Amino acid sequence: MGHGPASDWGEDKAASYKSKLGIRLFILYTIVYIGFIAINTIEPASMGLIVFAGLNLAVVYGFGLIILAIVMGVIYNHLCTVTEDRLNQ
Amino acid sequence: MIYEASIIAVVIFVAFVIAVLGISKYFAGKTQSSEGYYAAGGTIHWGVNGIAFAGDYLSAASFLGICGMIAFMGYDGFLYSIGYLAGWIVALFLVAEPLKRAGKYTFTDALDNRFNSKGIQIMAAISTLVVSVCYLIPQMVGAGVLVTPLLGLPHYAGVIIVGTIVVLIVATAGMASTTYVQFLKGGLLLIFSTILSVALFMNGFKLTPSDDYHQFKAIKVVASGSQIISLADQSYSVAGQNSKHNLIKLNKEGVNTWWQLETLESADGDYNAILKEALSTTIQSNDSKLYNGEPRENQKFFQVGHMSKIIVDGKEVSETGPVGPFEFLETLEQSEIVRFAKKKFMDGTNKVTVWVQNITDGKTIMRPGLKFKVDKGSTFMSKLNFVSLMLALFFGTAALPHILIRYYTVPSPKDARKSTIVAIAAIGFFYILTLYMGLGAMTNGVLDLESSNMSAPLLAKFFGITLFSIISAIAFATVLGTVSGLIVAASGAVAQDIISNFLGMKLSDKGSVRAGKISAVVVGVFAVMLGIMFKGMNVSFLVGLAFAVAASANLPAIIMVIFWKKTTAPGITSSIFVGMVTALGIILCSPSMWEKYGLDPVNAPIALNNPGIISIPLAFITIVVVSLMTQNSLKTESA
Repeated sequence: MGHGPASDWGEDKAASYKSKLGIRLFILYTIVYIGFIAINTIEPASMGLIVFAGLNLAVVYGFGLIILAIVMGVIYNHLCTVTEDRLNQ
Repeated sequence: MIYEASIIAVVIFVAFVIAVLGISKYFAGKTQSSEGYYAAGGTIHWGVNGIAFAGDYLSAASFLGICGMIAFMGYDGFLYSIGYLAGWIVALFLVAEPLKRAGKYTFTDALDNRFNSKGIQIMAAISTLVVSVCYLIPQMVGAGVLVTPLLGLPHYAGVIIVGTIVVLIVATAGMASTTYVQFLKGGLLLIFSTILSVALFMNGFKLTPSDDYHQFKAIKVVASGSQIISLADQSYSVAGQNSKHNLIKLNKEGVNTWWQLETLESADGDYNAILKEALSTTIQSNDSKLYNGEPRENQKFFQVGHMSKIIVDGKEVSETGPVGPFEFLETLEQSEIVRFAKKKFMDGTNKVTVWVQNITDGKTIMRPGLKFKVDKGSTFMSKLNFVSLMLALFFGTAALPHILIRYYTVPSPKDARKSTIVAIAAIGFFYILTLYMGLGAMTNGVLDLESSNMSAPLLAKFFGITLFSIISAIAFATVLGTVSGLIVAASGAVAQDIISNFLGMKLSDKGSVRAGKISAVVVGVFAVMLGIMFKGMNVSFLVGLAFAVAASANLPAIIMVIFWKKTTAPGITSSIFVGMVTALGIILCSPSMWEKYGLDPVNAPIALNNPGIISIPLAFITIVVVSLMTQNSLKTESA
């Protein structure tokens, strides 16, 4: 026998919204991530261009990917929480 | 490298270990049930779980491996930070909540929730064991690396100490103690990495990193090709050479050292070339090892890494004074750094490794290319390797068993989501710091050329023995925590998935916990043996391979079972099998492993080091094709 869920949380009416939102944000981030890989493989020299505060594109893009993940995570959680509160009352 | 144990280091280390064991003992009394042992009772607060996630994830690979790779290879090491962090996006947006809803103790539960299939149970359990072992190897290697400078013990002693402590932790209290150990360690790692980075900024850059930094010698010579005719310094005499690498062996007072021959652009009087001092190790035919021509105890194998030119606002300076985070990177980009290139060859019956000075401009260091050939000297295969690595890092995180089981320690799917976001913020912040710590190690004369993994702890030592001791103890706790998590995951796979589900043995709740503890001991002993065998390999590289296996074997099954209703049990089983076997097969036949076997990497049957680009799509294709071919099994189940 499988173990099944640890406990029953009841129906989550926001599940469909959260799933769609998650997929959209995932696609958005993936496009930005693919852009990073593409520049590195197709036009690697441009990674050395200074683009912001004396920093090159490699550093700015790399930091950007990390910060973008944090920002998108916070936005996702906020939208999910608001929707859960509204639909699961 | 020669290390001496310090009393402070030993005291702090012992205090950490006692604290960790104390936590385990405390939770051991509370852990009686299966749910308590495997999932900490599902009662952990999401904030604690988030930092514990960070503790799980920021393993030896992150702290030791990435910092070490950045210290030796510049920006290329930071690519691991980017890829590891990006992987959390997959975990957060696609996997966290559905997995929490569908499972109980292990990710096999979630995969098998709709099917109750023997095939899924055994295949997912095997995959969990394989990935856990792949991930365990670098952690154990990291443990050995740390104990050497901290306690002055050999590598194998570190591995055995970690193995013993971890088995004690896991076999006493399971997931609850593992969670709080990870929380403590994750929090401390963030705090002290920040302190180390701030110390770096305050210190700035100096041409001579410290008063006791080795001053490299240079001797003018008259040379004809690679033949030395005469030396300006008559106290040295030529004792041999290696023409292939342009290296000259000099003798002074009975000690042989290796020097790099470089032709001068314009002659200096009679002299037309220069010999630059290099570092070397020599393994003699009687297996004794010499460091720069002398026995280990003479301590002649010094730490290195310095800047040859510091440029600030277009002007050359000897030191910068304190710098800000942006100024730190900008200055490094404009300056020149002395890195060290490794050359290996036979000198008669002696195995010689020489590290020669390699002046590299900051612009090259601050962009990809030193390790992953994507620009100069790149080939189609080298670019494919890079893409493959980035793909595996992106898809690997959400498929790591010890990460997945942490979703079962919180009370609800909402908490699973929140704890993931805390984890992303904590891990992202730490990964930004890895760039500073790695580059700081590169330029502050702390590198041990024999072990890239020691770069971050040795950088801490640059700022004092206390900081070094604390950072090393945290790093050791990092290994303890991660290994604990992995062993819980592996023991869960054996006890829950194989014994209880697959074999159908009805164990009592206490029996299930006992089976988990016995499994933990067996996996722990196995991990110790592997940790000793794989000594010397960069831990981040090894973890990259574990990610590739996880991304290939587990992720396609997880994603498809969540998002594709036509997924069938045979589809999942075949996908895990194909992904795991393909990834492992490519790794075992790769140039890196060929080198590990002592063979010429050029002759490796597969030119790829990172299998993800082949094995991940293949596993996705397998699950789709097999599921479409076995739709009847779905109808049978629903009937």
